[in-house]
Amino acid sequence: MASAASPTSTIFRRPKQTSGWMSWITTVDHKKIGIMYGYSAFFFFILGGLEALILRLQLAGPDGTVLDAAEYNAMFTMHGTTMVFLFVMPVGAAFFNYLLPLMIGARDVAFPRMNALSFWIFIFGGIFLYSSFLFGTTGPPSGGNLPGGATDASWLGSTINGGWFMYQPNAGPRFSTGTVLDYGAIGLQILGLASLISAVNFIATILNMRAKGMKLLRMPVFIWMTLVVAFLLLFSLPIIAVALFMVTFDRQLGTLFFDTFQGGDAILWQHLFWLFGHPEVYILILPAMGIVSETLPVFSRKPLFGYPAVVFAGAAIGFLGFGVWAHHMFSSGITPVAQAAFGLATMTIAVPTGIKIFNWLGTMWMGKIKFTTPMLFSLGFVALFVIGGLSGVTHSIVPADWQQTDTYYIVAHFHYVLFGGAIFGIFAGLYYWFPKLTGRMMSEKLGKLHFWLMFIGMNLTFGPMHWLGLQGMVRRTWKYPAEYNFGTWNMVVTVGAFIIASSILIFMVNWTKSKRRGVEAGMDPWDARTIEWSIPNPTPEWNFGVSPDVQSLDDWWHRKYDEDEDGRPVRRPDADSTIAQFHDQGVNPPAPIHLPTPSYFPFFAGASFLAVGYGVIYHTRGWGLPLLIFGVILLLSSLIGWSLEPLEEEHEEVHA
Amino acid sequence: MSSGAPRLSLKLALSAGLILSLSSCIADSPLDSLDPQGPAARQIDELSNPVFLIAGIILAIVLGGMIFSIIRFRDRGQAEPRQIHGNAVLEVVWTAIPIMLLAGLAVPTVQTIFDLTECSDDAMEVDVIGHQWWFEYQYPNEGITTANVMVIPAGKEVCLNMTSEDVIHNFWVPKLNGKRYLVPGQQTLLILEADEPGEYWGQCGEFCGLSHALMRARVRAVDVEDYDAWVARMQQPANLPEEGKPSEEHLAEAGLDQFQGICSTCHVIDGVNQLDNPIGPNLTHFADPYRTVFAGASLERTNENLAEWLADPPTIKPGSFMPNLNLTADEIDELVAFLQSLDPTKEN
Repeated sequence: MASAASPTSTIFRRPKQTSGWMSWITTVDHKKIGIMYGYSAFFFFILGGLEALILRLQLAGPDGTVLDAAEYNAMFTMHGTTMVFLFVMPVGAAFFNYLLPLMIGARDVAFPRMNALSFWIFIFGGIFLYSSFLFGTTGPPSGGNLPGGATDASWLGSTINGGWFMYQPNAGPRFSTGTVLDYGAIGLQILGLASLISAVNFIATILNMRAKGMKLLRMPVFIWMTLVVAFLLLFSLPIIAVALFMVTFDRQLGTLFFDTFQGGDAILWQHLFWLFGHPEVYILILPAMGIVSETLPVFSRKPLFGYPAVVFAGAAIGFLGFGVWAHHMFSSGITPVAQAAFGLATMTIAVPTGIKIFNWLGTMWMGKIKFTTPMLFSLGFVALFVIGGLSGVTHSIVPADWQQTDTYYIVAHFHYVLFGGAIFGIFAGLYYWFPKLTGRMMSEKLGKLHFWLMFIGMNLTFGPMHWLGLQGMVRRTWKYPAEYNFGTWNMVVTVGAFIIASSILIFMVNWTKSKRRGVEAGMDPWDARTIEWSIPNPTPEWNFGVSPDVQSLDDWWHRKYDEDEDGRPVRRPDADSTIAQFHDQGVNPPAPIHLPTPSYFPFFAGASFLAVGYGVIYHTRGWGLPLLIFGVILLLSSLIGWSLEPLEEEHEEVHA
Repeated sequence: MSSGAPRLSLKLALSAGLILSLSSCIADSPLDSLDPQGPAARQIDELSNPVFLIAGIILAIVLGGMIFSIIRFRDRGQAEPRQIHGNAVLEVVWTAIPIMLLAGLAVPTVQTIFDLTECSDDAMEVDVIGHQWWFEYQYPNEGITTANVMVIPAGKEVCLNMTSEDVIHNFWVPKLNGKRYLVPGQQTLLILEADEPGEYWGQCGEFCGLSHALMRARVRAVDVEDYDAWVARMQQPANLPEEGKPSEEHLAEAGLDQFQGICSTCHVIDGVNQLDNPIGPNLTHFADPYRTVFAGASLERTNENLAEWLADPPTIKPGSFMPNLNLTADEIDELVAFLQSLDPTKEN
């Protein structure tokens, strides 16, 4: 590290720490931000998982007594909210952050400080949401009564309890007294802002920062899916932002958007929510589709079958995703014309989804399949996603959905898509890119144990829910009587949930051990295809020692392999020396490299939202308004500091 | 059971693996949506059965192809595979086939949607009003108001005009039809018809707050003559306990006093009191033989259950609008006797 010349301003000195906690708080390095995203998302995954286990204990038998109604409603709400907004979305952001620049050959994202800002907003949004456990109050609908004349639920029940969907007017001020739904609405608003900022950043990065020769149709499918997800976020988040503002206004300022007693509209909320909520589903699943589109070719030792078809199918899913929202409302009493239209639109989504699945199968066909842990998770993804996709098609048969909607059949469906799909894809990615992060390999033995336990547990947990749903088990019910005959299968489900939990423990052990003592990965441990593997492991701070010059799709593969007249790959005689050369220039960049300079301001700007959030909720209390004003001032001054801090062009990292 | 093949294939699919045919040992639920007992539910069932079957076949083909590839093309040290980048014909094929399949499904789907959204002109009408957490039924042409158990004539189409007094609810009696919302400030419509007399169980489908799980419903379908008799007795004022009868009646009489003192601010009994906007269910014929459940159809109408309920409603139904009234054991006994005496079929 070269020492910096004295900065131009002494007030706005930029941070210089390169290790220790300060370096993490001030970092703008996409890799560090990606890692922080990953660990915090995983932390929330554990919380959401524990909530699920508590729910499953309650439902293991008829008339469960583990939770009371208030606690159950709080737990299923927090489970859903956590898994969607605090786990799958941010873990997607973790992958995008870490891999996006590496896979397009860039030094960092387009706006590194904004990248840090979205991470800190996410973190403080998550803290804000979870602080409702401590500070939130809840109660019966106005006029209702709680057992023993209580006015509030236990601490477990005193958190957001209106469902992640927050249907109005149930989640409005009249029927959800107390503050927890203010935490919900404002918390999601803050988290949405984080995603919106990173969406802009990713789009700018993909469109502007690609290495020489990285044409759009040479980008890895994962990057294509990142781009589609970023556009989905960009267009869908403003809708939920508006809807959440309306709820917050209803709850805080007495507006009447959703108050049906005074002319408000209960169904309007559902349209707004699902106009965001359905694209959101693709926001959750497309990154996983991108991940397996990378891993399946590598471990089948064949290029992705039908690359352009997979890319366009992904984009088509994104487009269609905006035209199907009312299929969440088939029983709401919308007109038969609307039901027919949205039913047909929903069916059409099966087409691009099918194209993807068939192309993945085509990739494996005639291949030479290596059953590594990431490949097992990718295969698990495809198998389970097919099941979830097909049960999805049965919902598009509108009258069938009148029976299925709001039952465990739906719960089964979306867990096959989001657990079997998204989470299996995420684990495939974690095992696959672990060497990129750490320079070491994860244990294959533990990895395979993790896979099989999770695969079995997953099917035991969510498979029987299909049956339970068709048998009439309604969602979000905190208990069921013995006469319903749901007990046996629910016990199986609960056992399955604990098997999943044990598999996650194994993953955590594997991760921790492998990080310290795993086998050294060296260069390119999977004999991979894409350029993030053309640099040493773990990734050097500067990513690429020399900016890549991309010649083709799967550029890294083609630097190692030619094809014989039969179309079979033949390792080039100079492959080993190519790898060695890339390793050398990765470790010792031949020219000085300028890296973005760390900054304090993203952290403070992010933290200000905590004060703003509490300030809005408690603005009628004595200290609420001052807190709100403090938060706004902190935000504005952070942004002013941000724009005034020196660029420190002279502070160039020189590596020789 | 009427839905043979898909039901069997579902059970088989579920039973595969570690647990063998567990589901066939378990009795079906009273909420079983695969056991249609009315024309609407049957039409839905007949539409969805082939879809389940087609989905199952596609699943078998895709998973079969996948398992075949996994076994056949696993790494056995064979030569490196040919680098095939795609195949335009295949892409067209696996785009076109699903489109044709879906188009085939779309036609009957749209047809069924329109078939099941409008009631026929000669349908009988019942207004369903959702409350946290019970369903109220009003028969506008007969002038009847009741709760929890809806009585309908078997074999006759009933048109439900539904709305809600508070939040969104969702009326669902799986054996008779799919779900439909009850939306505050709006009217929705649902067709209900049972082939045979019987008791059909229901459940609120949409999350509606604390005691959503306990918002249940019963539909009692009876022969036309029985239905007419029921209407006739429901149109009478309450069958109140008379003075100077044996001791049990004394208890009921004292219960009437309790009702007038405490319960009549929220509940109506025709012949006792009137309210503009009663908060609780109409109790006029609370002990009618068809009205076998109370508290949102979550409790059987037994003396024990009634006593437990009256002692502390919010414990049984969290969030309940009926508070703990701090009734003494004697008051509870009197009220139970009184409520159980509100049977219009009882001779006086």
